[in-house]
Amino acid sequence: MDSAVTAKVKTASKGKARDRGLSAYRPLPGVPDELVTPDGTLRPLWQPLVNHLQGLTDEGLTRATGRADQYLRDSGVFYRQYGSGQSVERPWPLSHIPVLIDEADWAALTPALIQRADLLETVLADLYGENRLVADGHLPAALVAGNPEWLRPLVGVRPASGHFLHFVAFEIGRGPDGRWWVLADRTQAPSGAGYALENRVATSRAYTDVFAGLNVHRLAGFFRDFRDALLGLRGARDGRVAIMTPGPLNETYFEQAWIARYMGVSLVQGEDLMVSDGRLMVRTVSGLRPLDVLWRRLDGSYADPLELDPASRIGTPGMVAVLRQGGLTMVNSLGSGVLETRALMAFLPKLSVHLTGQKLAIPNIATWWCGGLPERAQVMAERSRLVLSPALGTGLPFDRQGESTVAASLTPDELAARLVLDGPDLVAQEAVTLSTTPALIDGKLEPRPMSLRVFLARTPNGWQVMQGGFARIGASADPTALAMQRGGSAADVWVVSPEEVPAVSMVTPADAPYRRSSPGALPARAADNLFWLGRYVERTEGMIRLLRARHIRLAEGGRAALPLQKQMDAVLKSYGVDGAVGLSSGLLNTLGAAVATAGQVRDRFSPDGWSALNDLDKTARRMAGRVAPGDDAARALSALLRKLAGFSGLVHENMYRFFGWRFLSIGRQLERASAMTGVLIAFADPKATPGALDLCIELGDSVLTYRRRFSLGSTRETVIDLLALDPMNPRSVRHLIDGLSEQVQALPGAATHGQLSELGRAMLRCQVDIATATPDTLTTEALQALHGQIAGISDLLTEAYLR
Amino acid sequence: MTLYAVRQSIRYDFARPTGAGRQLFRILPANIVGLQTVREAGYAFSPDAGERGEFQDFFGTRVIEAAMPPGLISLDLTMHCLVERRAEDALLDLSPHLPGLVAELAAHRSVGPRAPHHFTLPSRRIPVATQISEFARDQLSLGLTIRALVEKMGRALHDHMTFDAKATRVDTPPEQAFAQGRGVCQDFAQIMVGALRAVGVPSAYVAGYLRTLPPPGKPRLVGADAMHAWVRAWAGEEMGWVDYDPTNACYARNDHIDVGFGRDYDDVAPVTGRLRLDGDQSGSHSVDIEEIPA
Repeated sequence: MDSAVTAKVKTASKGKARDRGLSAYRPLPGVPDELVTPDGTLRPLWQPLVNHLQGLTDEGLTRATGRADQYLRDSGVFYRQYGSGQSVERPWPLSHIPVLIDEADWAALTPALIQRADLLETVLADLYGENRLVADGHLPAALVAGNPEWLRPLVGVRPASGHFLHFVAFEIGRGPDGRWWVLADRTQAPSGAGYALENRVATSRAYTDVFAGLNVHRLAGFFRDFRDALLGLRGARDGRVAIMTPGPLNETYFEQAWIARYMGVSLVQGEDLMVSDGRLMVRTVSGLRPLDVLWRRLDGSYADPLELDPASRIGTPGMVAVLRQGGLTMVNSLGSGVLETRALMAFLPKLSVHLTGQKLAIPNIATWWCGGLPERAQVMAERSRLVLSPALGTGLPFDRQGESTVAASLTPDELAARLVLDGPDLVAQEAVTLSTTPALIDGKLEPRPMSLRVFLARTPNGWQVMQGGFARIGASADPTALAMQRGGSAADVWVVSPEEVPAVSMVTPADAPYRRSSPGALPARAADNLFWLGRYVERTEGMIRLLRARHIRLAEGGRAALPLQKQMDAVLKSYGVDGAVGLSSGLLNTLGAAVATAGQVRDRFSPDGWSALNDLDKTARRMAGRVAPGDDAARALSALLRKLAGFSGLVHENMYRFFGWRFLSIGRQLERASAMTGVLIAFADPKATPGALDLCIELGDSVLTYRRRFSLGSTRETVIDLLALDPMNPRSVRHLIDGLSEQVQALPGAATHGQLSELGRAMLRCQVDIATATPDTLTTEALQALHGQIAGISDLLTEAYLR
Repeated sequence: MTLYAVRQSIRYDFARPTGAGRQLFRILPANIVGLQTVREAGYAFSPDAGERGEFQDFFGTRVIEAAMPPGLISLDLTMHCLVERRAEDALLDLSPHLPGLVAELAAHRSVGPRAPHHFTLPSRRIPVATQISEFARDQLSLGLTIRALVEKMGRALHDHMTFDAKATRVDTPPEQAFAQGRGVCQDFAQIMVGALRAVGVPSAYVAGYLRTLPPPGKPRLVGADAMHAWVRAWAGEEMGWVDYDPTNACYARNDHIDVGFGRDYDDVAPVTGRLRLDGDQSGSHSVDIEEIPA
């Protein structure tokens, strides 16, 4: 691979190498830069990437970055932007230039970060234990007692695993002297590790050759070790490991779903859980199943409305009780968010010496808590370079969202007055200048401020530091514009080794004994969403077929078709669809419901399925405003039908044949059986308008089969036979009911001691009724009764599994 | 010393069977060295299904924890206990003036349950309320000790407010109760806690029972008593905590029985819980406090 890179470099240097802004690239005054030294020399580490960039044509560069963006779009990576009362999904803002860091630089950082993680563990154990640090005067009592993240019900609760912290992140940046500083501690429920992985995949797609040629440390090993550590925390117990999410509206829900899928653990919400016999249980379609390890992604105070924030609607009553009894390992312990408090940074340097005898190997940004007289004097003296912020805040020093004040903007008298009045509520921190790293702006490299989020996971072998991380890149040279909410972007971090790095993957090494893990029990909420996803998708398809038939008849014209069109409009109207317009909003609503339902269970099917569904939805919405009734609409609807088939194919071909797939299939079959029965009631009635029987055959997608079997014009008998009774026709009611029955029998608890459940009995009755019917006996009234039976099955299923 | 028999019963009726749920009850009197002794206490649920447990919360209140099985149409909890009170009648005022209190508070190194630091800031149910803060500042005068300030504040509030069981609900904000000048003991206590905090005096919300005396010549009515709430203010290291009842404009002594204290009603609510309900529920509480002749 090395030779390939070299070869490319040579071709580039021969002729049309582009500058890519390098000759004009200068570090910002007084600020270190990752790409070049202060005198403007390119750092050798970057040479291969820079050569590659310079060797690319403009189109080549666009294609390269396009590959990264395409990957992110295809995987459904997005972030949620809040503002003006609503939140919207935005494309993931990837900065296409990774941050390159020398392995030696990283290796020096590693023990320093581990030291800090250990110190935080010790401080946390004291805050939820004896509180000696307060009693001995090392921490002000007010800072603890007034802290909303210090959760009193957890004081005195020892973690079942023996540790409070299992997964932490540090936000770090380089100071003016090029040394790393800690800007913030992230101990509550740090996000970003999954995004780091996605950034990695996307960026390596853009520069496949360079990535392969450089020795970049892989990320998979970190996740594998942490997954194994989580599994190990169960000890001898039989329960499961799950990730707890606040829900799909959370800013980082995508990442939570993604990590759950990547690590092979289930994703649960508060309403999936309940407490029973001192253990935390998941409500599944197979009954209650115990959880022994929970990696929470919601703030601690929301975890239990009974003992913590009573306003929480995303927690589980009794969660604290389980922890008190040692029945669960929580990653991280509830209340660990207290360590994120900005004011704590004022005390950590001294606490380190006091508790461990060691100075902090990596400093945090200089911080003064303004509650004490000596500190206030110091703040007055150094005011020119300080920023005032709320003492108990947890935001990053550069995320100044109106809560911080530059001290120099106040007169000395104003500052002194503010310190006296609000001292204990304030911290003063050094105004941060961040180092810069190159970003690609209009095809040219330009320096942009950056900070890194690095991740540490506790394993049986101690803390593991991810060899890489999540870089935030500023939208402009202003270090306060790093947040994505304000135009910042994210970049991959390449820790580059001079030697070859080991390849790792999530797969368990070959020397470990092979053990097929049983698929996790399906939470009832997820089953409900999959069932309805199946129904909505099928309903969409039925609506499209009917609407298309309507528009074909409109295009073909003729007075003869008018009564049938009227009848079709009546059926369409019952679905909320206006047959007279090209693409009715009723259709878009049903499709939208399918997308929303799918969004609730994104961890359960493939990214391909998700993008296919979104693509379908976007296409339909784009068409809606444009298509004219008649032929135009008919063709557009045919296109949608093909896309829909694509989605169904992806899901049905690739989904693991277990309970999740069953509920999705049951939803589809039930909806299809119900709709087909409805079609026959409306259009196969002896009194139906001319042309209605042919319409039935068309809606049943059975035109060819019909012609092969019956070489004569349609009669009610032949149509009923083909679309209701023929077990070989995949769209006949009988075939669908048979399939449904098979699925229902495979559900947990379908029969107890040989005795059928109520659902099983209803299913069997329905199956026998249709199997023994003939075209004569299956009158419109009989079809109506059948329609009712199918609805009854849906209700019984919901009652038995989905509540 | 006064000895009481306390009985409480809590009953819920549900229009439709409930889903599973979990509830916490804070109704058991506290054991407080030198002040209050619980000689015996017991409670029973009907129906008696589901898990039961008991624990002490952060502030030391005894909490009954109950998991409710699904399908309940009613729930009864009855509690009875024998409690001794031996409060001292006269309190010698050893409290500092306000600036002294501020200094003592800053020097107080503890975040244990009885530390004043928990009770200095606004809390979920007692947020900052401008009118109440103004009222509190109006009570300040030079040379006033903290204990005298507490008493003055309590009396002024008692004068401002009219007891009215219909004027407020359990979630009426203190600011609103203060503005309308009417409310029940919970409102009186939360307003006074907010007022004291506004001028820098740490203060807690206390929940418990109050023995009520029948009007002269009338018999004592069984079950006519109620759960009660009052205020606990920190009067410095020397004097410690002072209990004042603004609803009755008196210090809390032997007519009062402690259950627990916290930052506001939420920390000591007699019933906290989550049930999955499809229909309406109705509830009734009754409390009976009988003095047992020694």
